[in-house]
Formats: sequence, C-alpha cells, structure tokens
Amino acid sequence: MSGTYLGMPSFPEAAKDAVHNVTLRANLRHATHTIRDKRARAVAELADWAQLREAGKQIKNRTLRHLDRYLEQLETAVTEAGGTVHWAADAEEANRIVADLVKATGEREVVKVKSMATQEIGLNEALEAEGISAYETDLAELIVQLGDDRPSHILVPAIHRNRGEIRDIFAEKMGSWGRPAPDGLSDTPTELAEAARLHLREKFLRAKVGISGANFMVAETGTLVVFESEGNGRMCLTLPETLISVVGIEKVVPSWRDLEVFLQTLPRSSTAERMNPYNSMWTGTVDADGPQTFHLVLLDNGRTDTLADEVGRQALRCIRCSACLNVCPVYERAGGHAYGSVYPGPIGAILSPQLRGIQSEIDASLPYASSLCGACYEVCPVAIDIPEVLVHLREKVADQGGKGHRLEKAAIKAAGWVLNHPAALAAGERVASRTRKLHPKKPPGAGAWTASRELPELPAESFRDWWKKNRT
Amino acid sequence: MSASRERILARVRAAVADAPEAPEPTRDYLTTHTPDDPAAILDLLHENLADYRAIVHRTTADELPLLLMRLLAERGSATVLVPPGLPPEWLSAADATRIHDRSVSTAQELDAVDSVVTGCALAIAETGTIVLDAGPGQGRRRITLIPDHHICVVRVPDQIVASVPQAMPRLDPTRPLTWISGPSATSDIELDRVEGVHGPRTLEVVLLRD
Ligand code: SF4
Repeated sequence: MSGTYLGMPSFPEAAKDAVHNVTLRANLRHATHTIRDKRARAVAELADWAQLREAGKQIKNRTLRHLDRYLEQLETAVTEAGGTVHWAADAEEANRIVADLVKATGEREVVKVKSMATQEIGLNEALEAEGISAYETDLAELIVQLGDDRPSHILVPAIHRNRGEIRDIFAEKMGSWGRPAPDGLSDTPTELAEAARLHLREKFLRAKVGISGANFMVAETGTLVVFESEGNGRMCLTLPETLISVVGIEKVVPSWRDLEVFLQTLPRSSTAERMNPYNSMWTGTVDADGPQTFHLVLLDNGRTDTLADEVGRQALRCIRCSACLNVCPVYERAGGHAYGSVYPGPIGAILSPQLRGIQSEIDASLPYASSLCGACYEVCPVAIDIPEVLVHLREKVADQGGKGHRLEKAAIKAAGWVLNHPAALAAGERVASRTRKLHPKKPPGAGAWTASRELPELPAESFRDWWKKNRT
Repeated sequence: MSASRERILARVRAAVADAPEAPEPTRDYLTTHTPDDPAAILDLLHENLADYRAIVHRTTADELPLLLMRLLAERGSATVLVPPGLPPEWLSAADATRIHDRSVSTAQELDAVDSVVTGCALAIAETGTIVLDAGPGQGRRRITLIPDHHICVVRVPDQIVASVPQAMPRLDPTRPLTWISGPSATSDIELDRVEGVHGPRTLEVVLLRD
C-alpha cells in the first residue's frame, strides 16, 4: 500500500500515543457517538433493514464468486460507452498508468475527489514524483493535505482536528497551494467552509484532469457511481476534460437494479442520512456533457489474494460506510492513525493484513486490535463477520510463528480501555464466541486466541446491554 | 490485451475455483415503505426535502411564472441560466436576463450567473431526492452545479415516486444522472453541518400540480 505508511509502528505502539492525546480522544469520542446514534435512528426508519442487509451481502457474494465474468462484462460496457479500461495488478502499475495518462494530456495539475483506492496506492505521492500536483478537494482531505497529515477516519478523515487547528492550518498553508485564506479567518465552521470554497473553486474552474474512485460499478451497464456531500465530487467528475477513475475490482455489482439496495443502506450506515446530498452516475462519455475522455483503472493490489481466502474474502464485500469504526471501543480509544493504513478501525484490522500480507509488524498486530465484542458485525450493512475474520487471521499470524498472544495483550492494553473494564472484554468475548459461527470443527475462537484460556460461559447479558449500563 | 488483465482474471478464477456457488440474491426487501396514496407521498416528499433544508413551494401551472419571478427577485438574481428545452412560459414573467447554456460557455462564465432553473427526471419521496438526467429542461450536469442558487421544478404527480426501488426502473443509466438531496453540505468540521461548500448553497424545489 501507500509508501506513507512504511515503517509504521505496530498497532500497540501507535495506539499508545493516541491514547495519551487528549484532543484526539475527545474529538473521536464525540464524533463516533454522535454518528452512531444518528445512524441507529436512520436505520430504524426502514422496516426491512434486515432484508436489505441480507440482499446486500448476497449481491456482493455473488459478485465475488463470479468476479471474472462481471469484470469482463464491465469492461465491455465501459468500452462501448466510450471509456477506456486499464488493469493494474499492483499499486506501482496503477500509479504508472495514471501518471502516464495525466502526462499525455500535457497537464501538471489534477483535481481529486476523495478516494480510498488512490490513498491506498499512494497516488498523490507518485504523481508528485512525476512533477504532477494532485489537489484533494474534499474538505476533510484538504485539511489533511494542507496539514501534511494522514486521514484518521473513512468518512470524516480530519475528525482528529478541531476547528482551531483547522483555522491555523488554513491560515498558514492555503497560500502556498493557491488562493490564501481570507485575512482574519475565524474558527467558525461556516467561515472555514467558505475559505475552502474560495480556495478550491479556482482549481475546479480551470482543471483539465479529474481523478476519482467509485463506490460502485455496474457490470451490466458500465455505470460508475460516486456518493458525496459537498459537490466537490460533482466538480471533479463533470468539469475536467479528462476523468480518470481508479477503482478496486471488488467494487463491481452485477446489475443496475442492485444499486437500489446500496442506495438505501450506504447513506444510512455512513452519514446517517436518508440519502447523501449528491450521487453522480455516469456511463462512459456523453457528448458535450462532462469529460470527453474517460479512463477506468481496475485495481487488484492484494484483492485477489484476499479473494483466495475462504474466510477472509468476505472483507471484499465492504462498501466503506465506516459504521464499524463508530461502534468500535478500540477505535474510539486508539484513533485511526494507529491502524497504519488508509483503512482504519475494525474493517482496517481485517482488510489491511489481507491486502498487504501479515509479514510486517503492523500487519501482524492488526488482527489483535480488537476486543471481539461483535458490535462491528451488528452494524455492518453487508454483514461482514469481522470477529470471525479477526480470529482467522490471528491463527495465521500464530501459524507463521508470530507473537500472537503478546500482541493481543499489548494491543488491548495500548487501547487503554479494557484494562479498566475487564468485565467488558469478557462479555465481548462471550458474545463473540456465542454468536459467531466459527470454524465448526474447532471450538469458537480457536487458535492463538484460546490457546491459553478457558472457553467462557455464555453471557448473562449481551455486550450491548452491558455497554449501555456500564459505559459512562 | 494487457498482461495484467490476463493475470488478474486468472488470479480471480483460481481464487474462487473451490468457492460454493452463490445464488441469485433474494430480494424480499420492500419496494416501498409508504402507503400507496399520492397525497401522502407528496407530503412525505415535501417533508423530507424540507428536512434536508431545501426550500419547498407548491404551485399550479398558472401561478408558476409569477412564483419563479418572485423567487429570482427575492434573491436579487440578475441572471438566470436556462437549459435547452425548459418550457418558455415558466420564465415568462421573470425579470432576470436569460443565459442560455452553450457547450462553448466556460465554467468561469457559468460561475458569473446568479441562478439556474431546471426541471427533473423524477423525485423520490422517502429520501427527499430529486434526480436529474440531462433530459429536456435540465441541461448539462454543470449548470446545476456552478450557480449558487438552483430552482428545480417537479411535476406532481407524474414525476414523483415513493422509494428508491421504484425509481430505478424509471431511470436510464446510459444518461448521466445526478441525485440531489438538499443543498451541498459538509460535516467535516467537528461534525457541524455547513451548507454549500461547492454546489449551490440554496436549493428551492417547486412542486407543480398538473
Ligand atoms: S466492514 Fe461493514 S460496517 Fe465496516 S465499513 Fe465496511 S461495510 Fe461498513
């Protein structure tokens, strides 16, 4: 993945710092609790949530089972609609394809709409090395980029920054990237958003090349879909002459109709809205409307390895809603940076070690960055059994002679939470043990996890109930 | 065919070779969450649009020109973008200078226009969404993006559906689609919602009874 994260300390080490950062912890706590409460209300509006979740899971499972077929179908449809499809086996190849495409336009600047795939491959840095400036246009990404920082949350990447810090970053840094912040900029969100609007509008109006990811790609029609709120996505997707979209191969869905499921579940799970302010859907190119040149770069970068793991492949169902982050007690303590990847929180703990392999210290430690409480599974709109995959990956780490048990203790301790709340950990484990259908041949949570402990009794109350009663 | 294409497809095939067959998805979710009553669906659309801070008006064909005149005048809009195919009578009373979108007009030129008036492809009540598909009266995607004020006219009841599953079969994915639910907004700064970062800061929806 991105070179940005090379040499990251393991999760326990990284989490230790975060736990001692009072601002970070307060911001995170406020954010995760606010979003999770709103999300619960948005989900409760739909009486058929369970059915939508099951349909989402099945659509994605079917996609993954026949991924070759759907990718070929997608390629044909995009090509027929006037686009060009490229295939990239890894980050390096994807970056080279994009850099060459940008250079072929003769441009040295591109505007970008937030995309996890391009962060994953470190595209901005790769373009910079080729003398191309890539401007992030999502407000939070702008804050992160100007602050020379890294994102800490999938949905609200600058959640670790408060308004005072953002004001200072804008006042200090905007000038060196383009239009400076207005004099006397205050720290009210309205004024900060206005400063971003003015700063970025200049870039949008003159940009010739836009770069995006996509939330979904429809095999049947060749349609790409981007969900967003601010309108920066629409700017990047419609104003430039050339559009380059870099998308993970798992983002395809078979049919147009399949979108009706995710159009209902993604906004509610993610921003807790009935619908996010803007969705853009485009199919190839359209005469005189939007970019006249469209390139789609299909990215593997570890996804086919993940697909080959029969337990772990379910992580590829993820639609990046970030609901699992907001309910995770470990994420709330440790913050997104501790996960050492663009994918933080529970999904990051299972996705990064699969995409990158478990050889490095950080990747070997990630499967332990969890209390296995199961809250992430409960909220996931595509029913990814994250605890099941965590346990499975712990076994793999143990099998390669990793320091599994030590890592587990260190991770939990570093998150600074369970030490004070041993009953919570126990309750979490029990729920995890009871509700997960773990490897049927072995006892629940087998391997590294249970090697040195007794299997717990069934809990008298669920973790969620315990949490509500005991969490201050 | 690129080497990576073949390599990726081969890796996919190898990865799922032993995977169990995945059935067609079960679609036992609801096609609507709203009673099949046009008045209730209209009220729900109105409520959800307003909840997302769009300004909602209801009017008739006779009163539409005066309403649009008033809305543009109240904002002091001197210029209004007119997509090709917008019924000319809609703006017959408006004082603002009409600017016709041409493919040669630059983004900077559009940036100088105060307002835009469009129709839509349909509106979705349960989510408070209007969908544009670049059809007649809507124009290119960018004309509803750059001006700071967007007035969108929805024909009642023809253009209203209750739910997302009802919307999908009525939309043509080969057209560029823009789904709009309230004005542009961000919650990136301490989760305080701020309207209008880049898209129009004001969205007015006119529900036009036949
Ligand atoms: S794992 Fe599930 S809950 Fe977490 S981000 Fe992905 S889809 Fe959302």
